[in-house]
Amino acid sequence: MTLVGILELARFQFAMTTIFHFFFVPMSIGLAVVVAVMETMYVIKKDETYKKMAQFWGKIFLLSFAVGVVTGIIQEFQFGMNWSRYSRYVGDIFGAPLAVEALVAFFAESTFIGLWSFTWDRMKPAVHVLFIWIVAIASCVSALWILAANSFMQNPVGYAINNHMGRAELTDFGALLTNKQLWVQFPHVIVGTLVAGGFIVAGMAAFKLLKLKPGDPQIILFRKSINIALVVGLIGVGGAVITGDKHAFDLQTMQPMKYAAMEGVDETIDSSKRSDKAQPWSLISVTNPQTHKVIAKIEIPYVLSILGNHSLTGGKTVGTTELQKEFVAKYGEPKDGVANYYVPENTLFYAFRVMAMGAGLLGLIAVVALWFNRKKSNLILTQRWFLWILGVMTFFPFVVNTAGWLVTELGRYPWVVYGLMTIADAVSPNVSTASLLISNIVYFLTFSTLGGLMIWLSRRVLHAGPDVQEEEILSPQDPYEHLQAQKESEK
Amino acid sequence: MSLLQILWFILIAILWAGFFFLEGFDFGVGMQFFGLAKDDHDREALYQSIGPNWDANEVWLITAGGAMFAAFPYWYASLFSGFYLMLLVVLLALIYRGSAFEFREHMPTIQGTRLWERLIVLSSFIAPFFLGMIFTAMASGMPIDAHGDLTAGFFDYVTPFTLVGGIAVTLMSYIHGLNFTRLKIEGKITTRATAQLKLLYPVLLAGEVLFAILLFFYTDFIQTKPLLTVILLAILVVMTLLGWYSTYHNGKTFPFLLSGFGLVVVVVLLFTGLFPRLMVAHNPAHSLLIATSSSTPYTLRVMTYVVATALPLTLGYQIWSFYVFRKRIVSHKVIE
Repeated sequence: MTLVGILELARFQFAMTTIFHFFFVPMSIGLAVVVAVMETMYVIKKDETYKKMAQFWGKIFLLSFAVGVVTGIIQEFQFGMNWSRYSRYVGDIFGAPLAVEALVAFFAESTFIGLWSFTWDRMKPAVHVLFIWIVAIASCVSALWILAANSFMQNPVGYAINNHMGRAELTDFGALLTNKQLWVQFPHVIVGTLVAGGFIVAGMAAFKLLKLKPGDPQIILFRKSINIALVVGLIGVGGAVITGDKHAFDLQTMQPMKYAAMEGVDETIDSSKRSDKAQPWSLISVTNPQTHKVIAKIEIPYVLSILGNHSLTGGKTVGTTELQKEFVAKYGEPKDGVANYYVPENTLFYAFRVMAMGAGLLGLIAVVALWFNRKKSNLILTQRWFLWILGVMTFFPFVVNTAGWLVTELGRYPWVVYGLMTIADAVSPNVSTASLLISNIVYFLTFSTLGGLMIWLSRRVLHAGPDVQEEEILSPQDPYEHLQAQKESEK
Repeated sequence: MSLLQILWFILIAILWAGFFFLEGFDFGVGMQFFGLAKDDHDREALYQSIGPNWDANEVWLITAGGAMFAAFPYWYASLFSGFYLMLLVVLLALIYRGSAFEFREHMPTIQGTRLWERLIVLSSFIAPFFLGMIFTAMASGMPIDAHGDLTAGFFDYVTPFTLVGGIAVTLMSYIHGLNFTRLKIEGKITTRATAQLKLLYPVLLAGEVLFAILLFFYTDFIQTKPLLTVILLAILVVMTLLGWYSTYHNGKTFPFLLSGFGLVVVVVLLFTGLFPRLMVAHNPAHSLLIATSSSTPYTLRVMTYVVATALPLTLGYQIWSFYVFRKRIVSHKVIE
């Protein structure tokens, strides 16, 4: 029974650290794109406002990148530390994408972010802007490799089981990269980062506009920021709807249990056996976590046929009850502290709705904001209630992205690698409960501190505004200045 | 043992060597934020000297970890789960250190900035110390069961040998950092750095002798590979002597390279001593071997192609980045 204690703690740690890390991943990738667009505008239009804008949002970007990096280090080590049996079982497959990620993407990100943040005054604008684009692209490549690893866990491909070694072995590297799961998940995550970048910038700019007095010269910078950010954000929302629809559609065949739980389907819905020949969709649904039966729901007719069958009628959704029986027949009775093949239905159901409806709400607000903020209108400044709403949207991408991540990862239960290995078989056997407890507490405190500081410092940066350079406060002189003066005098 | 397996063993050694060469001086510079640095100008100069590169330097660690996972999953699994709490401390040090570099300049009060700078010093000491301990413990042998899981207790991790190993790596990083400061910064801080170096080199020499003696008692390196081990130890001592000698002269690049390659020699010493093992077990039958702990030839081959393509490019832009920031930084104190 001690194993269960270790398992729960290791799971909690994985959930906590990845969720926290995943706050900052979409934020920093999205901000990199938004800042890159701003700096590109500066290069094209040669308008200093855009430079100031890129530098200002660049500060927020650097803060988020720093926290993203330091919380990311844990991820790579955590597999070995908490999940050593998993690491041995799939290391032949799973390790490669992680190593490649570090080599081809992470090196580029961190080198060019150094070049970008330290060479504003020393590189030609057209060269300097390349650095931030390289950072943005490398971050996306980074996401691709990490998701290639995650997609293997969701939908294992390109492997064979070696019974002699007792492990799964890679047989086709190309298959890892052409994994169907990867090419719905990766685009979906990338558009999610655009949502994050767009709405964080627009929301913060809205808060700033609330503070600025009429006629303040900074107003123009923040209004332009809102436009750029929301165009990026809207592209993100549109992309999220398209890729999300595809993703959910594919789940019906790839991970039916996840799909059934997301839609709150316990008993199979077969449209051909219904009078309206269509599948109804649950707006609200409550499942009893013990019996795994839906005990209350509000249904809207036809909608699940539209979502799951891409037509007004028809289609069939296999319910969780039937799937549980199927899985037992296919994989045998679950063991090692895993009671059954059900996933946490209520969490998936509502996380999915928060994500989907959240995206819809963000899209709506973006359209209104762009209309209020058009050149000829002052509505964005006069309608202060709306600025408040837009401001609150700063926090929404975090909610939406986390909800999506929860659906993906919790829907994998009880598998660590779908159909191959359960989480209970994956955990390190020799790590003590005490060690795990200590690391959980320390990580929790550390992350809470970092998160709190991050919010506080971002507020301070926003409050100080684009005209104040932090560097000016701390170090009144450019460290190179003396050298330059010396050189000039030598001439 | 196949050629591919040996190649990956060497590649992982190179990644760790690169990490200690590069992050070694980062750690060393971090340790100088108080003590060697006397005011904000010094600290700012120290930050500027590593600011653009420290993050990329740290990626060598991430890549080394990833490469171990990909090439030797059994090694990765045993090492990382076996040295759980020590690795936790290293990770925490890296987390706070990385945040500190970014947060310090945003703090509203000077006290707030100071707090982060103190954390830079503390974490810069802690990370190399515990990494040094982990590696020496790995060399000296651990209780490992038939599944490859460590069943070690406190006194397996903490021995006179591992403590000396931890201190040695920390001291070498500090010296490497001092040499970097002399190389990159102009100002009174470099005079202080030179003065410290003159004191620290003899300490390091004594430490190396002690380390060599403990190496004889705690590992089988000298017994199994006497010639190679003794040669490497001798090289280390000669490099230290040369470094000490060079502090009395004006050269700046040479001593920096010496202290950097000193750390590289330590990594080489560890990996040659381990060969053909990856982890030494008290029961020799349970030692993790290169031959039996690796990924499949297919995975190793794919990874080799990736490395052969990506590594030259990566090295290229990293070196270019160092070239872009090649200028010396003048600590403001000199101006006033």
